[in-house]
Amino acid sequence: MTAAQIIFLITAAVILGSAFMVVTTKNLVHAALWLIVTLFGAAVLFATLNAGFIAVVQVVIYIGAIAILFIFAVMLTRRSMTDTGPGLNRGWWLSAAIALLTFGGLVWLVSGWGGFTKAAPAYPSGFDAVAALAHALVSPEAFVLPFEVASVLLLAALVGAVYIAFQRKGEE
Amino acid sequence: MDFWSNPVKFLDDWLTGVFSGWGMAADAARVLTAFVGILVLITLVMVLDIFLVWLERKIVSRFQDRIGPNRVGPFGLIQPFADIIKLIIKENIYPVGVDKAVFNLAPVLMMMSVLLLWAVLPLTSFLGLDLNVGVLYVIGVGALGTVAIIMAGWSSNNKYALLGSFRQVAVMISYEIPMVAALLIPTIFAGSMGINSIVAAQDTWYIVLAPLAFLLFLVSATAELGRAPFDLTEAESELIAGHHIEYSGMKFGLFYASELLHAFTFGGFIAAFFFGGWRGPWVEAYPALGLFYFIVKATIAYWLFGWIKYTFPRIRIDKMLDLNWKFLVPFAFVLVPFLALMHALLRETSFYALGMFLANIALGWATIEILRRRAHGERAKVEGAVEMHG
Repeated sequence: MTAAQIIFLITAAVILGSAFMVVTTKNLVHAALWLIVTLFGAAVLFATLNAGFIAVVQVVIYIGAIAILFIFAVMLTRRSMTDTGPGLNRGWWLSAAIALLTFGGLVWLVSGWGGFTKAAPAYPSGFDAVAALAHALVSPEAFVLPFEVASVLLLAALVGAVYIAFQRKGEE
Repeated sequence: MDFWSNPVKFLDDWLTGVFSGWGMAADAARVLTAFVGILVLITLVMVLDIFLVWLERKIVSRFQDRIGPNRVGPFGLIQPFADIIKLIIKENIYPVGVDKAVFNLAPVLMMMSVLLLWAVLPLTSFLGLDLNVGVLYVIGVGALGTVAIIMAGWSSNNKYALLGSFRQVAVMISYEIPMVAALLIPTIFAGSMGINSIVAAQDTWYIVLAPLAFLLFLVSATAELGRAPFDLTEAESELIAGHHIEYSGMKFGLFYASELLHAFTFGGFIAAFFFGGWRGPWVEAYPALGLFYFIVKATIAYWLFGWIKYTFPRIRIDKMLDLNWKFLVPFAFVLVPFLALMHALLRETSFYALGMFLANIALGWATIEILRRRAHGERAKVEGAVEMHG
């Protein structure tokens, strides 16, 4: 086994284990903390795939912003500190079936892919992945339109948030 | 290979050779050498941290016209060791209702979020990883510190700790925005996110090219570090000390040590981004000299944080968030395109450094003028209202 394989197996085990804990732990804050472990594991996977930029962005956005937001939301939810009550509701068999179907479909889809047995090709020397990504994001031949559409969407969300939170004059 | 041109590489190769000589596989020997390197770096950083306690106490005493620790050892240098022994032999207290695993993990994570920063800190031209996403990495590691604070505040089962950590996290999340914007400016100037490349690109120190970005980074970094005047969690009468109220002994010590080390690390980043990092005379001939320059510059920046901390009074939280959202963020959003444009226009000319400096002065003056006009307008409004009612 190569070092990369050992790292992958350890990371995958951590991701699966912590993801299992996310859905089974009864304490909501613990679930959010386990989710951080899962997201961090995904960042490690990106890093081992030579996608350093995506890995760091994963940490900045998912752990630095979204997970913190989750924890805040959990703490502002009423009765979140009580970890009693059943962890499952009546629809559990449905979600389990959908999850199994999705997993089976993914396995079926990628089982025909030949990339598993090949080693990832190394970057040519002097190749800057971040610069290549930046060019792709702003070049008209590549992804400039989706990039701009996403920014407009975020701007709309920002304006909406300000509109909801805005206190008009004379209104208490 | 000559030892002094790159001692780290030399020692690295030597150690890998030794491990291979013991019959280890080449891969394993390299991994083991890397681990030894990490261990040595962390140990040195932690020893530095011990002396930071002494330095901090000396700095504060000078600002407050006192002598500071002077009993144990020469100049009180052994004082931090006495402090550490005291912290270690203290009783380890778990308050009622503490979430033990999270409670114990929080100080470790806090320390980790600071130590991870040293991976990309460019101590010399050959030490410090030149990650091509270095600047983003600094921000991402900061996110781990935020998680640690929330964990500490929540697991303590104490309302004051929880409120303190909420405040601290609110501040850290908000001040991240101007900090990222301030870091964009060295990135644009150098054309790289690698911190060592940014240092290598500083033929003129960026504090000359972008003094406003330096000020912006200094203010937002002070807030990120949670140091005075932004140390809201230490509102003694209301919140006691924020997220680490319930911690005793060495666990509190870890929070304290990580705070000091965080400040020094950010001093190092100020040195790297704005003071030219390891650059200085004769560094081309003797690269190891860069370490000395870097430590000197980082210490000056650290002293700057101390100067701010012991000079300004604490700011109220609403004023502090106002300062961020109503002034620093809009200012940062004007500053980044403005400096990028000036950089693009002036880059090829012979008066690049002077032009950039003057452009900064002009923008700073315009900002102060706008603020002054607004303040006058507000005051006129208030005085008018007073006259009407009076």
